Amino acid sequence: MSILVYIDNAQGAVKKASYEAASYGAALAKQSGSEAIGVCVGNVDDAALAELGAYGLSKVLNFKNEALNDFEAGAVTAILAQAVEKTGAEVIVTSHNYNGKAVSSRLSARLKAGLVPGAVELPDTSNGFVVRKGVFSGKAFADVKINTDKKIVSVSPNAYGIEKGDGSAAVEALDASFDAASLKVTVKSVNKVTGIIPLSDAELVVSAGRGLKGPENWGMIEELAELLGAATACSRPVSDIDWRPHHEHVGQTGITISPNLYIAVAISGAIQHLAGVNSSKTIVVINKDPEAPFFKAADYGIVGDAFDIVPKLTAAIKAHKGNA
Amino acid sequence: MKYLVCISKVPDTTTKIEFTDNNSKFNESNVQWIINPTDEWYALVRAIELKEANGGTVTVINVGGAENDQVIRKALAIGADNAVRVNADPSDAYFVASQIAAHAKAEGYDLIFTGKETINYNGFVVGGMLAELLDMPYISLAAKLTANGDTYEVTREIEGGEEVLEVSGACVISCQKGMAEQRIPNMRGIMSARTKPLTVVEASAEAPLTEVVSYTSPPARSDVKLVDADNVEELVKLLHEEAKVI
Ligand SMILES: Cc1cc2nc3c(=O)[nH]c(=O)nc-3n(C[C@H](O)[C@H](O)[C@H](O)COP(=O)(O)OP(=O)(O)OC[C@H]3O[C@@H](n4cnc5c(N)ncnc54)[C@H](O)[C@@H]3O)c2cc1C
Ligand SMILES: Nc1ncnc2c1ncn2[C@@H]1O[C@H](COP(=O)(O)O)[C@@H](O)[C@H]1O
Repeated sequence: MSILVYIDNAQGAVKKASYEAASYGAALAKQSGSEAIGVCVGNVDDAALAELGAYGLSKVLNFKNEALNDFEAGAVTAILAQAVEKTGAEVIVTSHNYNGKAVSSRLSARLKAGLVPGAVELPDTSNGFVVRKGVFSGKAFADVKINTDKKIVSVSPNAYGIEKGDGSAAVEALDASFDAASLKVTVKSVNKVTGIIPLSDAELVVSAGRGLKGPENWGMIEELAELLGAATACSRPVSDIDWRPHHEHVGQTGITISPNLYIAVAISGAIQHLAGVNSSKTIVVINKDPEAPFFKAADYGIVGDAFDIVPKLTAAIKAHKGNA
Repeated sequence: MKYLVCISKVPDTTTKIEFTDNNSKFNESNVQWIINPTDEWYALVRAIELKEANGGTVTVINVGGAENDQVIRKALAIGADNAVRVNADPSDAYFVASQIAAHAKAEGYDLIFTGKETINYNGFVVGGMLAELLDMPYISLAAKLTANGDTYEVTREIEGGEEVLEVSGACVISCQKGMAEQRIPNMRGIMSARTKPLTVVEASAEAPLTEVVSYTSPPARSDVKLVDADNVEELVKLLHEEAKVI
């Protein structure tokens, strides 16, 4: 059974989440003695796609069309469906990132192929095809069985990890039909905060809450994040009162993340906040209140004043990096 | 303009999550049910605002059993004009999407709203499936939408930023924060909700594509290791040597 991996991209570059989807697809192919093939729709050079060989893909099918330099879920789905037909793939893997969510759900309906959104592990094929996903906003996992011949899995960011070896993938142009005149969506502008790691992709995250008292106090958070190569996040009230942009808001009503390290500064740890972060691998909490509920969900904690601790932590990490 | 809003019923955000029947079922006893937050606060309210500005009707649809009528009435109290309940167990996302698609095909809607994801299944899938089944554009994670006739300018979230799109004609929009402000139903709304039409329709024959075989709770985190405020170097050491994250 061959496996297709959707290679999400933006502005000509493969997104990091796609390296993880490729690693996951390749591991699944290995498990079943088959090959994993990438499908890219966008404006990525063949050379960049060949690099996906290092993540285990044997081949990448590339579909380029000016009209699709910007992502459009319906068109990408139609092209992916043609690639599924051509390759006879039985499993299709995407990332559970923004575009991956849109494409995998559309493709599921189009092919009548069962989908598990947000997989956190490789499928268990000992009794059918069962995939584990997070449910109840991080408070439980469900093992979901797919009962159709064709199967779709979208991989929760950072859940599986990126496996990089060496090797290079053969890149072929994908011959698929597409009618640019059918597009009903046009992108008018993109407003991307450049030079900052997108939260959804980040392995390390530094987050702060209302305890910081005002937006002018975020300098130390940004400094710590920059030093670590981390993304910044915040609690909901902080984005509600516009101290921080709302794409930084994590939690039940914001985004859900599962970085390797989540540092929570002056955040109380309300259940709705935890829902967005409790699948982080390691959680560090800095709070002046020893009774703050967040300490119960943390691996490491410091009870103390953020305005005192954060600069000290930054200095200690600087020293550590200097030594390492 | 005819607006359709898909609403799901979910356990209140503070519910203790437990399972029964050998971990194959969610324990529903003592659960307080609510409308999925993004469906209520953003999808429903934005549809009502558009109707208030441009005229038309707002229909809410839910796939579920009779016990869901209570939360459906709340949507009517907030300001939807009428409701449809497809009388069936919402067994999987494809099943739900195909039921809603069957209704939408027959009725013809100008705009279909969903929430961004349910807080119980965390699927993020019903909207995309619905769009595909109806052959419509799908704009997910919309944080802003303005209408100009049947052309819409939509701001959606992307990794590390946002993009502004223009879409014309009928489409499916999944909504998140920014779209609207939560509305609390007032007394008049609650009274009038009692007499607004809530039509119950039987499900069309569609088989689900997936099933949940069992649930597990995540392993409890071991107790927090507290580090003294005067010894942050110790924390750095633990993060490097023990957690191996820096
Ligand atoms: C339906 C619903 C959905 C919600 N969704 C979300 C969501 O998605 N995300 C989210 O974050 N919240 C969400 N909330 C809100 C949530 O319940 C909390 O109100 C919120 O997370 C609190 O934010 P906070 O911890 O920043 O602020 P606070 O609760 O005000 O806590 C501030 C913390 O900072 C500490 N502190 C103060 N000064 C200092 C200092 N100098 N040094 C160190 N520590 C200090 C305090 O001890 C306190 O613990 C939701 C609520 C509801 C009802
Ligand atoms: N049973 C249901 N009835 C009506 N709408 C639903 C139902 N389940 C999910 N939805 C809609 O689909 C959105 C996404 O749900 P999900 O794919 O489960 O995360 C929700 O926010 C609702 O708008």
